[in-house]
Order: sequence, then structure tokens, then C-alpha cells
Amino acid sequence: MMMTQQAPVLIVVIPLICALITPLIGWFKKELCYPWVSFALFLSTICAVSVLMTVITQGPVHYYLGSWLPPWGIEYVVDHLNALMLVLITGTALLVALYSRRSIELELPDKIIYFYTVYLLQVTGFLGIVITGDVFNLYVFLEIASLAGYALIAVGEEGAPLASFRYIILGTVGACFYLIGVGYLYMVTGSLNMADLAKILPELYGSKVVLVAFAFFMVGIALKMALFPLHVWLPDAYTKAPSVASALIAPLMTKIAIYVMLRIMFTVFRPYFSFELMPLSNIMVVTGIAAIIFGAVMALAQVDFKRMLCYIVVAEVGYIVGGVGLANEVAIKGAILHIMNDVVMTLGLFMVAGILTYKMKSHNLKDFKGIFKKMPFTMVALIMVALSVIGVPPTCGFFSKWYLIHGAVINGNWAFVAALLFSSLVNIILFFRIIEIGYYGENDHDGNHEQAAEDVHIKEAPASMLIPTILIAMITLLIGIYNQPIIISIIEHAVPKL
Amino acid sequence: MIDFIVSKYNFWIYIVLMMIGFYAMIAKNNLIKKIVGMNIFQTAIILFYVSIAYKRGGATLPILSNADMHGRHVIDTAQYLNPLPHVLMLTAIVVMVATLGVALAVAIMIYRKYHTLEEDEILKVSK
Repeated sequence: MMMTQQAPVLIVVIPLICALITPLIGWFKKELCYPWVSFALFLSTICAVSVLMTVITQGPVHYYLGSWLPPWGIEYVVDHLNALMLVLITGTALLVALYSRRSIELELPDKIIYFYTVYLLQVTGFLGIVITGDVFNLYVFLEIASLAGYALIAVGEEGAPLASFRYIILGTVGACFYLIGVGYLYMVTGSLNMADLAKILPELYGSKVVLVAFAFFMVGIALKMALFPLHVWLPDAYTKAPSVASALIAPLMTKIAIYVMLRIMFTVFRPYFSFELMPLSNIMVVTGIAAIIFGAVMALAQVDFKRMLCYIVVAEVGYIVGGVGLANEVAIKGAILHIMNDVVMTLGLFMVAGILTYKMKSHNLKDFKGIFKKMPFTMVALIMVALSVIGVPPTCGFFSKWYLIHGAVINGNWAFVAALLFSSLVNIILFFRIIEIGYYGENDHDGNHEQAAEDVHIKEAPASMLIPTILIAMITLLIGIYNQPIIISIIEHAVPKL
Repeated sequence: MIDFIVSKYNFWIYIVLMMIGFYAMIAKNNLIKKIVGMNIFQTAIILFYVSIAYKRGGATLPILSNADMHGRHVIDTAQYLNPLPHVLMLTAIVVMVATLGVALAVAIMIYRKYHTLEEDEILKVSK
């Protein structure tokens, strides 16, 4: 009973405390870091699932830190939307942690201890952003997550430090814009609590200060979520990061920024303000369409597997932002479902990329010749996830795209429908190109026996990497099959009343 | 016009400082200059927050040594500055120092690899 009451705060505190203990454990024995991190995230996942169950049965949970009542104290609020996000984040972090051991031993043999420390701090930041009900607290967690992300990306392969540096510059601009937004809201309301702001703000919707605050929030968060014109930092950073870091950050960071956007638009401000007083709906749909088309075209132009995945992420952000911008309940339902599906799908894709990098020492498409023979299980997982990204029923990607398209049809927004279909078609080409290279592409055997003999050694990936990957591929299918219960018990409640 | 600028001079100063920092972050070629620009940008936001805590009419810091009147506290909020923005900025300063630290560490990594901090030279080498 005690544990259930404290569960919301434990979700965040467990990874934080464990992150600080990790260097001590690593100093004692390096090999213990991996089980320790997995154990910490396992506990955190249990807390997140128990909170989700509480939210489903009893409605939103409020936790007052230090028993200080809001609006003075910091409050953790878990409603249906962020309960779902918490389970997604802890689950992703746990699976990536289980997956990480062999990959890190190969890529960062002398940085294992500090990698795991920063890894847990990164997860703490993500969880804190999602759970908090205080706009300034959100800024602090946003910076914790970003700083950990910069560090994780910077230790990657050749060129990673420069990619990380550019991300630092743009990410700081994004976070500072968010902070300015908080400052303007505080100037006119004197409050930092989201629920309290939502109560005070409607009388001030005419104020220019509030409009400026809203604009700063939106631009700052758009930078963090890599929405189309502001996405420039993403492809470099996620391509060059270590495999494990990109498997953790690529699915989560952009989706969490989208979550923050939903919070600002629908909780702090009313949907009435976001959609009717501001021309946000049009802007979001247009940038969404631009992001989808740009992401698809750029993905088609890439010869590097991870870089291609990065542009798919850019396109997926376009799906969700465009879906929210359509401003009807079906489309927003689809957008929230797509947040969940996209976390799972991107995670699966980057895990496969990590396995291929581990085995091939490369993530360039031209090195993927004949991989279907060498790594059948990995490739089956890739195909399952790829079918979901394309949107083939009964995988999860189909259902969220269905809702998005349905929402666009209700609004009569045919450009968005066309962009979605275009992107799906491009995804087919993208993944069938890999299948073609991997299945039919033979090595050139013109007398090069040495290389042929070398290739035979590449067998299936180690079990610790393969099992989480296959699990994710199964989850894409399971979410697809059970999408109706998920929508009825969770997502319906997360959609704002328009 | 002059009155408009003078009456809200704290905002003008913060905007000018922020734009100087922003310019340096975007336009400068040297990575350390970018970091300096980032710091100016963040400091401008600190000044903005501190300035919105101010109240006209001789308000002072909220030190309540003279507020004890016969055993009970009498606090006239108009006499004191709003302490909350200052406290927020203490947190933000810590965050900004951490950002500065990470940025400098990454700059050191870049320098060790390329032996230069000029962005165009790095791009030339890495292509």
C-alpha cells in the first residue's frame, strides 16, 4: 500500500539514485554495472506499470513532493496520457539496457561505467519531463535529459563530437526559448503549476504577453522535437551516436518533446486558445506535411542505414504534429496512438541497426549484401517492424495511420492524406531496397576468396541483443492486435475535449 | 518613442543581449565563440527573470528581520521583491553551468581529434 502511494515519485527517484551509485559499483567491479542498471530500470518499470493500472482504474494520480500543496509546491500529475508515456519510456529504457551489454563492450570498452551512469540520468530526465505538473520543473528535467543526450551522442563514432556540439547549440536555444515562455507566463500569472496556470490563463487570452509566451513555447519545443525546418541537428547526431545511445534517444527524445507540446497546447492552454485564437492548426498541418515529404525524400536519398532511419524519424514527427494540427478527436487519437507506435517501431529499427553495426562494423547499405542468410532472425525482426512502419495490417503502424487518415478525411484535408500515402509508398521502397540488397545482393566473387571466407564468420547476433529485438517485433504485432482495448482504456481519456 | 524605450529599458537590454548571443551562436565560425555566445544568450534570460521580480517604489530584498511585531509577523508584500524568480534563476544558473561544462568538454574532444576549433576547417577535414 505504501509503495503504491509513493510509486509516482519512485519512477523518477529510482533511476536518479541508481545513476549516482553506478560509478561506485563500477569502481568495485565493472561487470556489475550492466545487471545494476537493468535492475534499476526493472524496478522503475514496475512502478510505472502500477501507476498506469491505478490511473486506468481510479483516474489521474496527484503526488505532492514534500507534501507542499500546489500551486506552491511541485506536483507530479499522472493522467492517462503521461501514464502511457511513462510505461513506454521505462519499458524502452529497460529493453535497451538489456540489449546494451555486448554493443557497449565492443564500441566503448573503456567508458562502460560512465556510459551507464549517463544512461540512467538520461532516463531520469525523460521520466521527469513526462511526470511533472510544474512548468519550471519541466525545464530542469528537459535540460537533464538534453545534457545527458549530448554526452551520450558525443562518445560515438568519427564525427560524433561535432554533431553533438551542433545539437548542444540548437538544443540550448530550444530550452532557453521554453524558459522565456515560462518567464512570460509567470509575469502575468505568478504561477508555475500547470493546473493553476490553466485556471488563471483563460481571462488573459487577449494579452500580448501570453501570445508571446505561447509562441516561444512552440518554437522552443519544435526545436527539441526536430520538426521539419528545425530538424537539422537530428540526422547527424543520431547517426553518429553509439548504437545503444541512438536506440535509447531516437525513439524517445522527439516523442517526449511532442508530449510537452500536447501538454502546453491542451493542459496549460485550452484547445480553444490553441486552435481558434491562434492559427496553430494550419501551421502544424503545413509543417507536418512538409516534414513528411521532406523526410521521405531525404530517406530515399541516403546510402547509410542509420541516417535513413533518422529521416524516417523526421517524417514520423511530421505525422504526429500534422495529426494534432488537424484538430479533431479522431486525428488526435491517431496522433497519440502513433506516439506509442512510433516509440516501438523506431526502437525496433535502431536495435536492428545496432545489431548490424555490431556484426558488420558498418551501417552502410552496401555492406548489407547477403545478410538474410547470415542473420535470419534479425532480418525477420526488421521485416516485422518495417511492415509496421509501412502500415500493413495487423501491425500497429496501420491503425494509427488509419486514424490519422480518417481524421484528415473528416477535415477534408486531402493534402495531408496524400502526404501520408506518399510517405507510406516511399517506406515500401526504402525497406524493399534493404530486402533486395540483403536477400539477392551477392558478394562479388571475382577471385576474392579471402573476403568470401571472412563473410562466413558473420553469424546470428548474440542472444542478449537478439531477444529484445525480437520482443519489440512481437510487440508491434501485439499492439496492432490489441489496439482497441488500448484506445478505449487509455487513449480515449487522453484526447482533450475540443 | 524614447519614452517607450526608456520605460521598459530592462526588456530592451535583455533583448539586445539575447540577440548578440544568438548572433554569435549562429554566425561565428569558432566553436569557443559559439559557446561564449550561448552563455550571453543564457545570461540575458537570467537578467530578464531578475528584472521581472522588481517592484516600483523602493521594494527591497525579502529579509524579514524587522517584520517581527510583538511576536507575530507582519509582512507587507509591496515592500519586498518577489523572491521566486531569483530562486528559479539559481536553478537555471546551475543548469547553464552544466551546459557550459558539457559544451566545453565536447569542444575539447573536437580539438583533440581535429587540432582546430574553426568549424569550416573541421568540415573540410571530415569530408
